[in-house]
Amino acid sequence: MSIWEYANPKKFMQTSAVVVPWVAGLAVLCLAAGLVWGFFLTPDDYKQGSTVKILFVHVPTAMMAVNAWIMMLVASLIWLVRRHHVSALAARAAAPVGLTFTLIALVTGAFWGQPMWGTWWAWDPRLTSFLILGLFYLGYIALWGAIEDADTAADLTAVLCMVGSVFAVLSRYAVQFWNQGLHQGSTIMKVGEKDPLDPAYYVPLVVCIVGFIALFVALVLIRTRTEVRARRLQALLARERVAE
Amino acid sequence: MMPELGKYAVAVVSSYGVSLGLLALLVVLTLWQGRRIKRQLDAVEARQDGGRNG
Repeated sequence: MSIWEYANPKKFMQTSAVVVPWVAGLAVLCLAAGLVWGFFLTPDDYKQGSTVKILFVHVPTAMMAVNAWIMMLVASLIWLVRRHHVSALAARAAAPVGLTFTLIALVTGAFWGQPMWGTWWAWDPRLTSFLILGLFYLGYIALWGAIEDADTAADLTAVLCMVGSVFAVLSRYAVQFWNQGLHQGSTIMKVGEKDPLDPAYYVPLVVCIVGFIALFVALVLIRTRTEVRARRLQALLARERVAE
Repeated sequence: MMPELGKYAVAVVSSYGVSLGLLALLVVLTLWQGRRIKRQLDAVEARQDGGRNG
């Protein structure tokens, strides 16, 4: 069986109907457990005090904001190369979810930065490229809405997605590229190394990350199903207009 | 029940509040749009099936 079978709208609708409840259930379970654990049961950090609890919403949403754009890039490339409509619709469906994650990461970052850095915002490489990524999300959503022909919209948004990928990559690796600015590098993969993330925060953070990944998958599947239905609705209405 | 958040209580509670609020809005909008489009599609399909059979 080939993966491209799922590009068939009928097959996609059948499969996603089965998958969505399980992924949504996993998201609710992990988010409830991870956020309650992170907020109520983790100790204060010796340097950052209780602001360390912001970690459990800030890090997973920032991670998923970038990953959502990468997923859109892959879906857009599949559209450009193989012309599978479901992949273009999946890219479109993911954009509002990615934008919401970007907004949450920016707002929680400001709430965290103010007491720790003494400022709500700094024009450092990571923060600036992340803000530009957020603007690309807005532009991407606006472009889909502005073009009437669906295939043309999918083509142009795919190109925009490729351009925006530069900022998705920059926002993830800016700390390594420039080694400047207020934002620190990632510590989650530094288990066993010097200055790793304390185990008291590591486990609930991983639970939250799994929860946000599952939430993203569930929302994108639900929204893609809506996009497939909306496309069929447009086709049926167009057929009615021709018949009149 | 509420953990002792000290002088950073506003920053921490606001972060969770904004995050959960935005996520709830996204989930509600996603489900609402899904149901609206499904209802419209079902109505058009029923109308066209009725026209074909009648």
